[in-house]
Amino acid sequence: MRTRPLLALLAAGVLLAGCGGEGDAPAGEEEILTDPSGDAGLAGTLTVFAAASLTDVFTEVGDRLEQENPGLEVQLNVAGSAALAAQLEQGAPADVFAPADEAQMARVVDAGLATGPELFASNRLMLALPLDNPAGIEQPEQAGIPGIADLLVRDVTLAVCAPEVPCGAAAAEVLDRAGLSDVPDTYEDDVRAVLTKVLLGEVDAGLVYRTDVQTAGNDVVALAFREAEAARNRYPVAVLEEAPNREAAQAFVDLVLSDEGRQLVADAGFFEP
Amino acid sequence: MSRPREGARVPAPLLVPAALGVAFLVLPLVGLLVRAPWSSVGEQLAAPGVGQALRLSLVSATLATLLSLVLGVPLAWVLARSRMRGRSLLRALVTVPLVLPPVVGGVALFLVLGRQGIVGSWLDDAFGITIPFTTTAVVIAETFVAMPFLVVSVEGALRAADTRFEDVAATLGADRWTTFRRVTLPLVAPGVAAGAVLCWARALGEFGATITFAGNFPGTTQTMPLAVYLALQREPEAAIVLSLVLLAVSLATLLLLRDRWLGRAVP
Repeated sequence: MRTRPLLALLAAGVLLAGCGGEGDAPAGEEEILTDPSGDAGLAGTLTVFAAASLTDVFTEVGDRLEQENPGLEVQLNVAGSAALAAQLEQGAPADVFAPADEAQMARVVDAGLATGPELFASNRLMLALPLDNPAGIEQPEQAGIPGIADLLVRDVTLAVCAPEVPCGAAAAEVLDRAGLSDVPDTYEDDVRAVLTKVLLGEVDAGLVYRTDVQTAGNDVVALAFREAEAARNRYPVAVLEEAPNREAAQAFVDLVLSDEGRQLVADAGFFEP
Repeated sequence: MSRPREGARVPAPLLVPAALGVAFLVLPLVGLLVRAPWSSVGEQLAAPGVGQALRLSLVSATLATLLSLVLGVPLAWVLARSRMRGRSLLRALVTVPLVLPPVVGGVALFLVLGRQGIVGSWLDDAFGITIPFTTTAVVIAETFVAMPFLVVSVEGALRAADTRFEDVAATLGADRWTTFRRVTLPLVAPGVAAGAVLCWARALGEFGATITFAGNFPGTTQTMPLAVYLALQREPEAAIVLSLVLLAVSLATLLLLRDRWLGRAVP
Protein backbone atom coordinates (compact mmCIF):
# COMPACT_ATOMS: atom_id res chain seq x y z
CA MET A 1 0.00 0.00 0.00
CA ARG A 2 2.72 2.44 0.95
CA THR A 3 4.36 2.42 -2.42
CA ARG A 4 1.28 3.26 -4.46
CA PRO A 5 1.68 7.03 -4.65
CA LEU A 6 5.27 6.53 -5.71
CA LEU A 7 4.24 4.07 -8.40
CA ALA A 8 1.66 6.52 -9.68
CA LEU A 9 4.28 9.21 -9.74
CA LEU A 10 6.68 6.98 -11.64
CA ALA A 11 3.97 6.17 -14.15
CA ALA A 12 3.30 9.87 -14.60
CA GLY A 13 7.00 10.47 -15.07
CA VAL A 14 7.23 7.83 -17.76
CA LEU A 15 4.24 9.33 -19.54
CA LEU A 16 5.77 12.79 -19.41
CA ALA A 17 9.07 11.51 -20.74
CA GLY A 18 7.18 9.87 -23.58
CA CYS A 19 5.55 13.12 -24.55
CA GLY A 20 8.83 14.99 -24.48
CA GLY A 21 10.54 12.44 -26.70
CA GLU A 22 7.89 12.66 -29.37
CA GLY A 23 8.14 16.41 -29.59
CA ASP A 24 11.91 16.49 -29.58
CA ALA A 25 12.69 14.26 -32.50
CA PRO A 26 10.61 15.14 -35.53
CA ALA A 27 13.64 15.58 -37.79
CA GLY A 28 14.51 11.91 -38.14
CA GLU A 29 10.90 11.00 -38.61
CA GLU A 30 10.49 13.43 -41.47
CA GLU A 31 13.51 12.04 -43.24
CA ILE A 32 11.67 8.75 -43.50
CA LEU A 33 8.34 10.33 -44.33
CA THR A 34 9.70 12.61 -47.05
CA ASP A 35 9.41 9.99 -49.74
CA PRO A 36 6.95 7.32 -48.78
CA SER A 37 5.86 6.30 -52.26
CA GLY A 38 9.00 7.05 -54.21
CA ASP A 39 7.63 10.06 -56.13
CA ALA A 40 8.79 13.64 -55.55
CA GLY A 41 5.83 14.80 -53.40
CA LEU A 42 6.26 16.71 -50.15
CA ALA A 43 5.55 14.94 -46.89
CA GLY A 44 5.52 15.29 -43.15
CA THR A 45 3.87 18.08 -41.24
CA LEU A 46 3.93 21.72 -42.23
CA THR A 47 3.21 24.22 -39.45
CA VAL A 48 1.96 27.63 -40.54
CA PHE A 49 1.68 30.52 -38.05
CA ALA A 50 -0.80 32.95 -39.56
CA ALA A 51 -2.74 36.07 -38.57
CA ALA A 52 -6.33 35.38 -37.50
CA SER A 53 -7.60 37.32 -40.51
CA LEU A 54 -5.92 34.78 -42.82
CA THR A 55 -7.81 31.80 -41.36
CA ASP A 56 -10.14 31.17 -44.30
CA VAL A 57 -7.75 31.83 -47.16
CA PHE A 58 -4.81 29.90 -45.67
CA THR A 59 -7.05 26.95 -44.93
CA GLU A 60 -7.85 26.92 -48.64
CA VAL A 61 -4.17 27.23 -49.63
CA GLY A 62 -3.28 24.43 -47.20
CA ASP A 63 -6.00 22.18 -48.62
CA ARG A 64 -4.68 22.67 -52.15
CA LEU A 65 -1.12 21.88 -51.10
CA GLU A 66 -2.32 18.75 -49.31
CA GLN A 67 -4.23 17.65 -52.41
CA GLU A 68 -1.11 18.00 -54.52
CA ASN A 69 1.01 16.20 -51.91
CA PRO A 70 -0.92 13.33 -50.30
CA GLY A 71 1.89 12.70 -47.78
CA LEU A 72 1.74 16.25 -46.43
CA GLU A 73 -0.28 17.51 -43.49
CA VAL A 74 -0.66 21.28 -43.10
CA GLN A 75 -1.27 22.52 -39.59
CA LEU A 76 -2.55 26.07 -39.35
CA ASN A 77 -1.99 27.95 -36.10
CA VAL A 78 -4.00 31.15 -36.26
CA ALA A 79 -3.93 33.83 -33.58
CA GLY A 80 -3.23 37.52 -33.16
CA SER A 81 -0.06 38.37 -35.08
CA ALA A 82 1.67 39.84 -32.04
CA ALA A 83 0.93 36.76 -29.97
CA LEU A 84 2.36 34.56 -32.74
CA ALA A 85 5.49 36.73 -33.03
CA ALA A 86 5.94 36.42 -29.26
CA GLN A 87 5.56 32.63 -29.48
CA LEU A 88 8.18 32.46 -32.24
CA GLU A 89 10.54 34.58 -30.14
CA GLN A 90 10.06 32.04 -27.38
CA GLY A 91 11.15 29.27 -29.74
CA ALA A 92 7.85 27.84 -30.96
CA PRO A 93 8.60 25.39 -33.81
CA ALA A 94 7.02 26.54 -37.08
CA ASP A 95 7.75 26.55 -40.80
CA VAL A 96 5.93 29.60 -42.17
CA PHE A 97 4.99 32.92 -40.59
CA ALA A 98 2.38 35.28 -42.03
CA PRO A 99 1.41 38.15 -39.71
CA ALA A 100 -1.08 40.91 -40.48
CA ASP A 101 1.47 43.69 -40.69
CA GLU A 102 5.09 44.40 -41.45
CA ALA A 103 5.90 45.45 -37.89
CA GLN A 104 5.29 41.96 -36.52
CA MET A 105 7.32 40.40 -39.35
CA ALA A 106 10.13 42.88 -38.65
CA ARG A 107 10.15 41.69 -35.05
CA VAL A 108 10.73 38.11 -36.15
CA VAL A 109 13.27 39.08 -38.84
CA ASP A 110 15.18 41.26 -36.32
CA ALA A 111 15.33 38.29 -33.98
CA GLY A 112 17.10 36.38 -36.78
CA LEU A 113 14.21 33.92 -37.16
CA ALA A 114 13.29 34.70 -40.78
CA THR A 115 14.73 36.37 -43.85
CA GLY A 116 13.36 37.85 -47.06
CA PRO A 117 9.65 38.22 -46.30
CA GLU A 118 7.43 38.95 -49.30
CA LEU A 119 4.20 40.94 -49.32
CA PHE A 120 1.20 39.18 -50.81
CA ALA A 121 -1.94 41.04 -49.69
CA SER A 122 -3.28 44.08 -47.91
CA ASN A 123 -6.40 44.80 -45.94
CA ARG A 124 -8.40 47.90 -45.07
CA LEU A 125 -10.54 48.76 -42.11
CA MET A 126 -14.26 49.33 -42.42
CA LEU A 127 -16.78 50.61 -39.93
CA ALA A 128 -19.01 47.65 -39.05
CA LEU A 129 -22.42 48.30 -37.53
CA PRO A 130 -25.01 45.95 -35.99
CA LEU A 131 -27.91 45.27 -38.37
CA ASP A 132 -30.34 47.42 -36.38
CA ASN A 133 -27.81 50.29 -36.33
CA PRO A 134 -28.63 51.46 -32.79
CA ALA A 135 -26.74 54.75 -33.08
CA GLY A 136 -28.28 55.62 -36.44
CA ILE A 137 -24.92 56.03 -38.18
CA GLU A 138 -25.55 57.08 -41.76
CA GLN A 139 -23.66 57.61 -44.93
CA PRO A 140 -23.71 61.40 -45.50
CA GLU A 141 -25.30 62.61 -48.70
CA GLN A 142 -22.22 63.64 -50.59
CA ALA A 143 -20.26 62.34 -53.48
CA GLY A 144 -17.35 59.95 -52.91
CA ILE A 145 -16.20 58.05 -49.85
CA PRO A 146 -16.83 59.90 -46.57
CA GLY A 147 -14.21 60.53 -43.91
CA ILE A 148 -14.59 58.61 -40.67
CA ALA A 149 -15.44 61.87 -38.90
CA ASP A 150 -18.46 62.21 -41.22
CA LEU A 151 -19.69 58.81 -40.04
CA LEU A 152 -19.01 59.24 -36.33
CA VAL A 153 -20.79 62.54 -35.95
CA ARG A 154 -22.61 61.61 -32.77
CA ASP A 155 -21.28 60.11 -29.56
CA VAL A 156 -21.22 56.39 -30.25
CA THR A 157 -19.93 53.32 -28.44
CA LEU A 158 -16.97 52.25 -30.56
CA ALA A 159 -14.85 49.10 -30.33
CA VAL A 160 -11.40 48.96 -31.92
CA CYS A 161 -8.39 46.63 -31.64
CA ALA A 162 -5.72 47.40 -29.07
CA PRO A 163 -2.74 49.30 -30.53
CA GLU A 164 -0.50 46.31 -29.76
CA VAL A 165 -2.06 44.26 -32.58
CA PRO A 166 -2.00 45.15 -36.32
CA CYS A 167 -5.69 46.01 -36.68
CA GLY A 168 -5.29 48.29 -33.68
CA ALA A 169 -2.27 50.01 -35.16
CA ALA A 170 -4.32 50.70 -38.29
CA ALA A 171 -7.30 51.86 -36.23
CA ALA A 172 -5.11 54.23 -34.23
CA GLU A 173 -3.76 55.72 -37.45
CA VAL A 174 -7.26 56.22 -38.85
CA LEU A 175 -8.53 57.88 -35.69
CA ASP A 176 -5.41 60.02 -35.30
CA ARG A 177 -5.75 61.35 -38.81
CA ALA A 178 -9.36 62.26 -38.14
CA GLY A 179 -8.64 63.72 -34.69
CA LEU A 180 -10.92 61.14 -33.09
CA SER A 181 -8.40 59.40 -30.81
CA ASP A 182 -10.69 59.80 -27.79
CA VAL A 183 -13.69 58.08 -29.34
CA PRO A 184 -13.08 54.32 -28.68
CA ASP A 185 -14.74 52.77 -25.64
CA THR A 186 -12.80 49.53 -25.66
CA TYR A 187 -9.52 48.23 -27.08
CA GLU A 188 -10.05 44.57 -27.90
CA ASP A 189 -7.29 42.00 -28.06
CA ASP A 190 -8.03 40.95 -31.61
CA VAL A 191 -10.21 41.86 -34.58
CA ARG A 192 -12.59 38.94 -34.07
CA ALA A 193 -13.39 40.21 -30.57
CA VAL A 194 -14.36 43.56 -32.10
CA LEU A 195 -16.55 41.80 -34.65
CA THR A 196 -18.20 39.71 -31.91
CA LYS A 197 -19.17 42.84 -29.98
CA VAL A 198 -20.69 44.31 -33.13
CA LEU A 199 -22.56 41.06 -33.85
CA LEU A 200 -23.91 41.00 -30.29
CA GLY A 201 -25.08 44.59 -30.70
CA GLU A 202 -23.15 45.68 -27.61
CA VAL A 203 -21.35 48.48 -29.43
CA ASP A 204 -22.70 50.94 -31.98
CA ALA A 205 -19.78 50.37 -34.31
CA GLY A 206 -16.43 48.63 -34.61
CA LEU A 207 -13.39 49.04 -36.81
CA VAL A 208 -12.75 45.67 -38.46
CA TYR A 209 -11.05 44.44 -41.62
CA ARG A 210 -12.91 44.33 -44.89
CA THR A 211 -12.26 40.56 -44.91
CA ASP A 212 -14.01 40.17 -41.55
CA VAL A 213 -17.02 41.98 -42.93
CA GLN A 214 -17.01 39.50 -45.79
CA THR A 215 -16.86 36.61 -43.31
CA ALA A 216 -19.75 38.02 -41.28
CA GLY A 217 -21.83 38.17 -44.48
CA ASN A 218 -25.28 39.61 -43.96
CA ASP A 219 -25.02 39.86 -40.18
CA VAL A 220 -23.39 43.30 -40.14
CA VAL A 221 -23.60 46.50 -42.12
CA ALA A 222 -20.24 47.94 -43.18
CA LEU A 223 -19.30 51.42 -44.29
CA ALA A 224 -16.09 52.39 -46.06
CA PHE A 225 -14.22 55.56 -45.17
CA ARG A 226 -11.42 57.61 -46.71
CA GLU A 227 -8.67 57.17 -44.10
CA ALA A 228 -8.69 53.38 -44.50
CA GLU A 229 -6.54 53.48 -47.64
CA ALA A 230 -3.63 55.29 -46.01
CA ALA A 231 -3.84 53.12 -42.89
CA ARG A 232 -4.03 49.83 -44.73
CA ASN A 233 -1.93 46.97 -43.39
CA ARG A 234 0.10 44.69 -45.59
CA TYR A 235 0.61 40.97 -45.11
CA PRO A 236 4.11 39.53 -45.47
CA VAL A 237 4.93 35.84 -45.57
CA ALA A 238 8.28 34.12 -44.97
CA VAL A 239 9.84 30.72 -44.44
CA LEU A 240 11.30 30.55 -40.93
CA GLU A 241 15.03 29.95 -40.52
CA GLU A 242 14.55 27.00 -38.17
CA ALA A 243 11.77 25.47 -40.25
CA PRO A 244 11.66 21.72 -39.57
CA ASN A 245 10.05 21.15 -42.97
CA ARG A 246 11.81 23.71 -45.14
CA GLU A 247 10.90 22.23 -48.51
CA ALA A 248 7.17 22.19 -47.80
CA ALA A 249 7.41 25.66 -46.26
CA GLN A 250 8.90 27.04 -49.48
CA ALA A 251 6.19 25.28 -51.51
CA PHE A 252 3.49 26.89 -49.32
CA VAL A 253 5.00 30.37 -49.71
CA ASP A 254 5.40 29.84 -53.48
CA LEU A 255 1.76 28.82 -53.74
CA VAL A 256 0.63 31.90 -51.81
CA LEU A 257 2.66 34.15 -54.13
CA SER A 258 1.58 32.34 -57.33
CA ASP A 259 -1.27 33.52 -59.57
CA GLU A 260 -3.45 30.79 -58.11
CA GLY A 261 -2.66 31.95 -54.57
CA ARG A 262 -3.25 35.60 -55.38
CA GLN A 263 -6.65 34.69 -56.82
CA LEU A 264 -7.60 32.92 -53.55
CA VAL A 265 -6.40 35.94 -51.56
CA ALA A 266 -8.43 38.31 -53.73
CA ASP A 267 -11.52 36.08 -53.47
CA ALA A 268 -11.31 36.34 -49.68
CA GLY A 269 -11.66 40.10 -49.93
CA PHE A 270 -8.02 41.16 -49.62
CA PHE A 271 -6.41 43.83 -51.78
CA GLU A 272 -3.13 43.69 -53.69
CA PRO A 273 -0.17 44.55 -51.47
CA MET B 1 0.13 30.31 20.65
CA SER B 2 0.85 26.59 20.36
CA ARG B 3 3.80 25.46 18.35
CA PRO B 4 3.50 22.56 15.91
CA ARG B 5 3.96 19.28 17.74
CA GLU B 6 7.50 18.02 17.85
CA GLY B 7 8.09 14.89 15.81
CA ALA B 8 5.16 15.42 13.43
CA ARG B 9 7.30 14.07 10.64
CA VAL B 10 6.01 13.95 7.10
CA PRO B 11 5.31 10.36 6.02
CA ALA B 12 7.67 9.37 3.21
CA PRO B 13 4.94 8.67 0.61
CA LEU B 14 3.72 12.26 1.10
CA LEU B 15 7.11 13.87 1.02
CA VAL B 16 8.04 13.31 -2.63
CA PRO B 17 4.72 14.38 -4.18
CA ALA B 18 4.59 17.34 -1.81
CA ALA B 19 8.07 18.43 -2.87
CA LEU B 20 7.14 17.99 -6.53
CA GLY B 21 4.01 20.02 -5.88
CA VAL B 22 6.04 22.85 -4.39
CA ALA B 23 8.46 22.78 -7.32
CA PHE B 24 5.60 22.79 -9.81
CA LEU B 25 3.93 25.77 -8.20
CA VAL B 26 7.01 27.79 -7.35
CA LEU B 27 9.27 27.28 -10.39
CA PRO B 28 7.19 29.48 -12.72
CA LEU B 29 7.57 32.24 -10.15
CA VAL B 30 11.33 31.68 -10.12
CA GLY B 31 11.19 31.86 -13.92
CA LEU B 32 9.54 35.28 -13.73
CA LEU B 33 12.17 36.50 -11.26
CA VAL B 34 15.06 35.18 -13.34
CA ARG B 35 13.79 36.58 -16.62
CA ALA B 36 12.76 39.95 -15.24
CA PRO B 37 14.64 42.82 -16.90
CA TRP B 38 15.90 44.19 -13.59
CA SER B 39 17.88 47.01 -15.20
CA SER B 40 14.80 48.56 -16.75
CA VAL B 41 12.26 47.79 -14.02
CA GLY B 42 12.04 51.42 -12.92
CA GLU B 43 11.45 52.58 -16.46
CA GLN B 44 8.77 49.92 -17.07
CA LEU B 45 6.98 50.80 -13.85
CA ALA B 46 6.95 54.47 -14.70
CA ALA B 47 5.22 53.70 -18.01
CA PRO B 48 1.86 55.41 -18.26
CA GLY B 49 -1.04 53.26 -17.22
CA VAL B 50 0.75 50.86 -14.87
CA GLY B 51 -0.34 52.67 -11.68
CA GLN B 52 -3.77 53.19 -13.18
CA ALA B 53 -4.22 49.50 -13.99
CA LEU B 54 -2.95 48.44 -10.57
CA ARG B 55 -5.29 50.82 -8.77
CA LEU B 56 -8.23 49.68 -10.87
CA SER B 57 -7.38 46.03 -10.17
CA LEU B 58 -7.20 46.52 -6.42
CA VAL B 59 -10.36 48.63 -6.24
CA SER B 60 -12.45 46.37 -8.45
CA ALA B 61 -11.27 43.15 -6.77
CA THR B 62 -12.07 44.62 -3.36
CA LEU B 63 -15.51 45.78 -4.46
CA ALA B 64 -16.16 42.37 -6.01
CA THR B 65 -15.19 40.72 -2.72
CA LEU B 66 -17.49 43.00 -0.71
CA LEU B 67 -20.35 42.28 -3.10
CA SER B 68 -19.59 38.57 -2.84
CA LEU B 69 -19.68 38.76 0.97
CA VAL B 70 -23.02 40.55 0.98
CA LEU B 71 -24.61 38.05 -1.41
CA GLY B 72 -22.47 34.97 -0.86
CA VAL B 73 -22.62 34.49 2.92
CA PRO B 74 -26.44 34.39 3.01
CA LEU B 75 -26.39 32.10 -0.01
CA ALA B 76 -23.93 29.78 1.72
CA TRP B 77 -26.22 29.69 4.75
CA VAL B 78 -29.16 28.72 2.58
CA LEU B 79 -27.12 25.95 0.97
CA ALA B 80 -25.80 24.64 4.28
CA ARG B 81 -28.76 25.02 6.64
CA SER B 82 -32.09 25.42 4.94
CA ARG B 83 -34.26 22.39 4.27
CA MET B 84 -35.40 23.78 0.97
CA ARG B 85 -36.11 21.27 -1.79
CA GLY B 86 -33.76 21.23 -4.76
CA ARG B 87 -30.87 22.43 -2.66
CA SER B 88 -28.30 20.22 -4.35
CA LEU B 89 -29.45 21.45 -7.74
CA LEU B 90 -29.12 25.01 -6.46
CA ARG B 91 -25.61 24.25 -5.21
CA ALA B 92 -24.62 22.85 -8.59
CA LEU B 93 -26.05 25.91 -10.33
CA VAL B 94 -24.27 28.50 -8.21
CA THR B 95 -20.94 26.78 -8.68
CA VAL B 96 -21.30 26.75 -12.47
CA PRO B 97 -18.97 29.77 -12.82
CA LEU B 98 -16.20 27.57 -11.37
CA VAL B 99 -16.27 25.27 -14.37
CA LEU B 100 -17.43 27.73 -17.00
CA PRO B 101 -14.59 29.13 -19.10
CA PRO B 102 -14.50 32.81 -18.04
CA VAL B 103 -14.81 34.02 -21.63
CA VAL B 104 -18.10 32.12 -21.88
CA GLY B 105 -19.10 33.74 -18.60
CA GLY B 106 -18.43 37.11 -20.19
CA VAL B 107 -20.65 36.31 -23.16
CA ALA B 108 -23.36 35.05 -20.80
CA LEU B 109 -23.18 38.32 -18.86
CA PHE B 110 -23.67 40.19 -22.14
CA LEU B 111 -26.80 38.18 -22.82
CA VAL B 112 -28.25 39.21 -19.47
CA LEU B 113 -26.76 42.60 -18.64
CA GLY B 114 -25.62 43.81 -22.07
CA ARG B 115 -27.43 46.51 -24.01
CA GLN B 116 -29.42 43.85 -25.82
CA GLY B 117 -29.58 41.59 -22.76
CA ILE B 118 -32.69 40.47 -20.91
CA VAL B 119 -32.13 42.78 -17.94
CA GLY B 120 -29.73 45.17 -19.65
CA SER B 121 -32.13 46.31 -22.36
CA TRP B 122 -34.70 47.13 -19.68
CA LEU B 123 -32.11 49.09 -17.66
CA ASP B 124 -31.21 50.98 -20.82
CA ASP B 125 -34.82 51.79 -21.73
CA ALA B 126 -36.01 52.65 -18.24
CA PHE B 127 -32.99 54.45 -16.78
CA GLY B 128 -30.57 54.97 -19.64
CA ILE B 129 -28.01 52.80 -17.83
CA THR B 130 -25.67 50.67 -19.90
CA ILE B 131 -23.26 48.43 -18.02
CA PRO B 132 -20.75 47.01 -20.53
CA PHE B 133 -17.43 48.87 -20.91
CA THR B 134 -17.67 50.48 -17.46
CA THR B 135 -15.86 49.83 -14.19
CA THR B 136 -19.18 48.48 -12.89
CA ALA B 137 -18.93 45.81 -15.57
CA VAL B 138 -15.45 44.89 -14.30
CA VAL B 139 -16.78 44.45 -10.76
CA ILE B 140 -19.73 42.39 -12.02
CA ALA B 141 -17.52 40.13 -14.16
CA GLU B 142 -15.12 39.58 -11.27
CA THR B 143 -17.94 38.90 -8.82
CA PHE B 144 -19.50 36.39 -11.19
CA VAL B 145 -16.28 34.42 -11.45
CA ALA B 146 -15.04 34.80 -7.86
CA MET B 147 -18.16 34.57 -5.66
CA PRO B 148 -18.50 30.76 -5.93
CA PHE B 149 -15.11 30.43 -4.21
CA LEU B 150 -16.48 32.33 -1.23
CA VAL B 151 -19.77 30.43 -1.23
CA VAL B 152 -18.04 27.05 -1.28
CA SER B 153 -15.66 28.03 1.55
CA VAL B 154 -18.37 29.47 3.77
CA GLU B 155 -20.72 26.59 3.12
CA GLY B 156 -17.96 24.17 4.14
CA ALA B 157 -17.34 26.14 7.32
CA LEU B 158 -21.07 26.19 8.15
CA ARG B 159 -21.35 22.44 7.68
CA ALA B 160 -18.33 21.83 9.89
CA ALA B 161 -19.56 24.21 12.62
CA ASP B 162 -21.16 22.72 15.71
CA THR B 163 -24.89 23.46 15.51
CA ARG B 164 -25.37 22.86 19.24
CA PHE B 165 -24.27 26.44 19.94
CA GLU B 166 -27.09 27.67 17.75
CA ASP B 167 -29.54 25.33 19.47
CA VAL B 168 -28.47 26.69 22.85
CA ALA B 169 -28.87 30.26 21.64
CA ALA B 170 -32.36 29.39 20.46
CA THR B 171 -33.33 27.82 23.79
CA LEU B 172 -32.08 30.97 25.53
CA GLY B 173 -34.58 32.96 23.51
CA ALA B 174 -32.52 34.34 20.64
CA ASP B 175 -34.46 34.62 17.41
CA ARG B 176 -33.03 33.17 14.22
CA TRP B 177 -31.57 36.42 12.95
CA THR B 178 -29.87 37.14 16.29
CA THR B 179 -28.55 33.58 16.40
CA PHE B 180 -27.08 34.03 12.93
CA ARG B 181 -25.48 37.34 13.79
CA ARG B 182 -24.24 36.63 17.28
CA VAL B 183 -23.47 32.91 17.19
CA THR B 184 -23.20 31.45 13.68
CA LEU B 185 -21.26 34.25 12.04
CA PRO B 186 -18.53 34.50 14.73
CA LEU B 187 -18.29 30.71 14.68
CA VAL B 188 -17.56 30.55 10.95
CA ALA B 189 -15.55 33.78 10.79
CA PRO B 190 -12.31 31.99 9.85
CA GLY B 191 -14.11 30.26 6.99
CA VAL B 192 -15.60 33.55 5.82
CA ALA B 193 -12.19 35.21 6.01
CA ALA B 194 -10.52 32.40 4.07
CA GLY B 195 -13.31 32.48 1.47
CA ALA B 196 -13.02 36.25 1.13
CA VAL B 197 -9.27 36.00 0.58
CA LEU B 198 -9.74 33.28 -2.04
CA CYS B 199 -12.47 35.35 -3.69
CA TRP B 200 -10.31 38.49 -3.71
CA ALA B 201 -7.34 36.64 -5.19
CA ARG B 202 -9.50 35.12 -7.92
CA ALA B 203 -11.06 38.49 -8.70
CA LEU B 204 -7.64 40.12 -8.88
CA GLY B 205 -6.45 37.62 -11.48
CA GLU B 206 -9.68 37.64 -13.50
CA PHE B 207 -9.11 38.03 -17.24
CA GLY B 208 -11.55 36.28 -19.56
CA ALA B 209 -14.91 37.48 -18.31
CA THR B 210 -13.53 40.98 -17.78
CA ILE B 211 -12.10 41.50 -21.27
CA THR B 212 -15.26 40.04 -22.80
CA PHE B 213 -17.92 41.83 -20.77
CA ALA B 214 -16.12 45.00 -19.69
CA GLY B 215 -13.79 45.42 -22.64
CA ASN B 216 -10.36 46.97 -22.30
CA PHE B 217 -10.00 50.70 -21.75
CA PRO B 218 -7.13 52.24 -19.77
CA GLY B 219 -8.32 53.71 -16.50
CA THR B 220 -11.86 52.38 -16.77
CA THR B 221 -11.72 48.67 -17.46
CA GLN B 222 -8.07 47.76 -18.09
CA THR B 223 -7.07 45.75 -15.03
CA MET B 224 -3.56 44.38 -14.49
CA PRO B 225 -4.21 40.96 -16.08
CA LEU B 226 -5.46 42.70 -19.23
CA ALA B 227 -2.45 45.02 -19.23
CA VAL B 228 -0.15 42.01 -18.82
CA TYR B 229 -1.80 40.14 -21.68
CA LEU B 230 -1.52 43.07 -24.09
CA ALA B 231 2.04 43.86 -23.00
CA LEU B 232 2.95 40.24 -23.70
CA GLN B 233 2.03 40.76 -27.34
CA ARG B 234 4.20 43.83 -27.73
CA GLU B 235 7.03 43.48 -25.25
CA PRO B 236 7.29 40.30 -23.17
CA GLU B 237 9.71 41.96 -20.74
CA ALA B 238 7.17 44.60 -19.82
CA ALA B 239 4.64 41.83 -19.24
CA ILE B 240 7.04 40.13 -16.82
CA VAL B 241 7.50 43.33 -14.85
CA LEU B 242 3.76 43.93 -14.68
CA SER B 243 3.19 40.33 -13.55
CA LEU B 244 5.75 40.74 -10.79
CA VAL B 245 4.10 43.95 -9.60
CA LEU B 246 0.71 42.27 -9.43
CA LEU B 247 2.26 39.29 -7.68
CA ALA B 248 4.14 41.41 -5.14
CA VAL B 249 1.12 43.54 -4.31
CA SER B 250 -1.22 40.57 -3.94
CA LEU B 251 1.25 38.59 -1.83
CA ALA B 252 1.88 41.59 0.41
CA THR B 253 -1.84 42.15 0.85
CA LEU B 254 -2.52 38.51 1.64
CA LEU B 255 0.34 38.29 4.15
CA LEU B 256 -0.78 41.48 5.83
CA LEU B 257 -4.35 40.23 6.07
CA ARG B 258 -3.20 36.86 7.35
CA ASP B 259 -1.32 38.46 10.18
CA ARG B 260 -3.95 40.96 11.15
CA TRP B 261 -7.12 39.11 10.43
CA LEU B 262 -6.79 35.38 9.92
CA GLY B 263 -3.99 35.32 12.50
CA ARG B 264 -6.39 36.49 15.18
CA ALA B 265 -9.22 34.26 14.10
CA VAL B 266 -7.14 31.07 13.95
CA PRO B 267 -4.63 31.19 16.79
